[in-house]
Amino acid sequence: MAFIPFGYSFRNLWIRRVTTLLTAGGIALVIFVFAAVLMLAYGLEKTLVGTGSDENAIVVRRGAESEFMSMIDRPSANIIKSQPEIAPDREGKPLAAAEVVVLINLPKRGSRKPSHVQIRGVSSESLAIRPQIKLKEGRLLKPGLSEAVVGAAVAKRFQGIGLGETIRFGMRDWTVVGLFEAEGSGFESEIWIDSEQLVQAFRRPVFSSVTLRLASPADFDSLKKRLESDPRMTVEVKQEKRYYSDQSEMMATFIRVLGVFVTVIFSVGAMIGAMITMYASVAARTMEIGTLRALGFSRRSILLAFLIESLFLSLLGGGPGLILASFLQTVTVSTTNFATFSELAFRFALSPAIVLESIFFALAMGLLGGFLPATRAARQNIVEAFRAA
Amino acid sequence: MELLRLIFKNLTRHKLRSALTVLGIAVAISAFGLIRTVIGAWYSGIEASAPNRLIARNAVSLGFSLPLSYKESIRSVPGVSEVTYAHWFGGIYIDEKHSQFPQFAVGAGDWFDLFPEFLIPLDQKSAFLRERNAAVVGVKLAERFGWKIGDAIRMRGMIFQGEWDFVIRGIYRGAQKSTDETQFVFHWEYLDERLRETEPWRAGHVGWFVVKIADPSQAGAIAQEIDQRFKNSIAETLTETEKAFVLGFISMSDAILVALRIISMVVIGVILLVLSNTMAMTARERLSEYAVLKTLGFEARHLIGLITGESLLIGLLGGIVGIGATFPAARLFEDAMGEAMGAIFPAFEVAFTTQVACGLMAIGVGLAAAAFPAWRAVHIRIVEGLRRVG
Repeated sequence: MAFIPFGYSFRNLWIRRVTTLLTAGGIALVIFVFAAVLMLAYGLEKTLVGTGSDENAIVVRRGAESEFMSMIDRPSANIIKSQPEIAPDREGKPLAAAEVVVLINLPKRGSRKPSHVQIRGVSSESLAIRPQIKLKEGRLLKPGLSEAVVGAAVAKRFQGIGLGETIRFGMRDWTVVGLFEAEGSGFESEIWIDSEQLVQAFRRPVFSSVTLRLASPADFDSLKKRLESDPRMTVEVKQEKRYYSDQSEMMATFIRVLGVFVTVIFSVGAMIGAMITMYASVAARTMEIGTLRALGFSRRSILLAFLIESLFLSLLGGGPGLILASFLQTVTVSTTNFATFSELAFRFALSPAIVLESIFFALAMGLLGGFLPATRAARQNIVEAFRAA
Repeated sequence: MELLRLIFKNLTRHKLRSALTVLGIAVAISAFGLIRTVIGAWYSGIEASAPNRLIARNAVSLGFSLPLSYKESIRSVPGVSEVTYAHWFGGIYIDEKHSQFPQFAVGAGDWFDLFPEFLIPLDQKSAFLRERNAAVVGVKLAERFGWKIGDAIRMRGMIFQGEWDFVIRGIYRGAQKSTDETQFVFHWEYLDERLRETEPWRAGHVGWFVVKIADPSQAGAIAQEIDQRFKNSIAETLTETEKAFVLGFISMSDAILVALRIISMVVIGVILLVLSNTMAMTARERLSEYAVLKTLGFEARHLIGLITGESLLIGLLGGIVGIGATFPAARLFEDAMGEAMGAIFPAFEVAFTTQVACGLMAIGVGLAAAAFPAWRAVHIRIVEGLRRVG
């Protein structure tokens, strides 16, 4: 079978530049939104999954979806800390941190609207089990003082928590002495203070969670089994990574379902746009098609030529749409993490899978939009085609 | 009149193209309508809030509670007529997926006095008040789980440990469309009783107070007075109108709302491109006709009318079909989102303002898409137009 050269399809698009541009523009907008929605959901997942480590396990009260809802009393915390699976630090003490998590309202920068920020009461082990935390400015907490260190993402988004400023809650003023980064993970959206100070300020006799470093990740199962069957407490042991990725599930699903549902609907609009363009393209070239047929090109190669034209058209829109969306990667957004009720900052993130999905979606639009017009072109009768012109 | 006939004739010259354009616009308009409906549903809680109700909660954040003892102190503030309280329960019914509905432990005695929009039959109300572990549920929630009066429900506490057993003694309906019919309320005393044994340090606390005031215009002053009473105590209060309280919740999902608004703008862009394309194509094909019309004595305004009229007509047809399609699309979306969304969007209705917005947008797009082709038709020189082929 003789194929009509690619150049034919491509040049046709060039000749009808305005129409091509308008149609490709529609497809570009659709792909932009499609990719942006997926990037948003993926960025959220990436941030939360990156927050946890495979080597850590977190103990919360059974049934608590997040630390914010969990409570672990002191005797239980001590039992948890004495488990043999926990890795020791250099001095032989167990690498386990009993932490308190509370929410406070702070005004956002700019809008001054109050929003929830997660405060983590930490102990000296907290840093040791989270090597991703790096001090950016100032210094770390000194135990026993009303001090706070602030995550980079919170510092950027909220008012009055710069280095040297004070935050007031629990009838005390907390001085910000340091700023930390955490490789873009969820910890950057937290404020850390000494856990004993936090417990006193809020007269709260219990911890929220115990996070511990496992001597070996393989020990997780035996630790989980022992702690969860301990009759002295009702706790749940989770891999830290799992714990955080579970938090992203609901939100990410919501963004994906809503975003993709809407995008698919209005992509039909853009697809019809492509169809109109292709129909017009076929109608204007009745004579040409007749000539091609007379020259001996088969119906199938004509169908193919028009389909390729339509696919070109969709790529012409999809490519720029995707490139435009990839610029979103520099944008940080924040939203409430509904598992913890606190603000979480994250970036749009592009993955190879999203690139492929977007291109595939664009091609599908081109294929569906171009199929009927291409069929019409291929069905044309040679004699009638000449007569029509 | 003649112009109108010409417009209709033109419209039906490329039947397939016109039909496709109408269809494309209709689909996009219904997507736009759907997004607006989702955004509207987000804000439905505001409509349901009453101007004569204030909410007092812990100033630190919603994660902290207030002692019940504040109740009498708040009641004694001048201008306050009634006070009740609630605590967020956050239990799991069956599993996490099925538990996305609001559950409150409330001051049962006066809860329904402060929320008169929750309509509950008198006999059911008194049955609810008689029993400590009785619960009242919204009609939508009852339908969702097939609950009937007298059914026993077991929930697992997430914030409050253990298994909790309830008996449904009442089903309420909403007085307005915007009233949330998915709530699950039960006696705060039932919760507190157990807490006193298991976690005594948490007992005697409520999540927030609902304060009814006699004169809504005094809301600001009364809220200030309440907060002043508890200044510098271990649990300072933050009192605001119910509307502001609900708005605070909505602003938590600011990012999503902004994203939705951006998407709705993009949808408008897509429609504009589709219609512009059709009109540009049409006008280009008819340039020689416009030249002929000009020779016959038609003036610029006739040509503008001809092109704008056709564009407007296509836009309007698409708009009408699109608005019509928004209703089934909204139903479909509700089903696709499943049960979980019932909790987030208590009221999911295509508002009249949404329909108006869709219609206005169709008209606007119709006008905008005609601008360039009309300009070209008016400015083309007759000789040039006649010389053109195809």
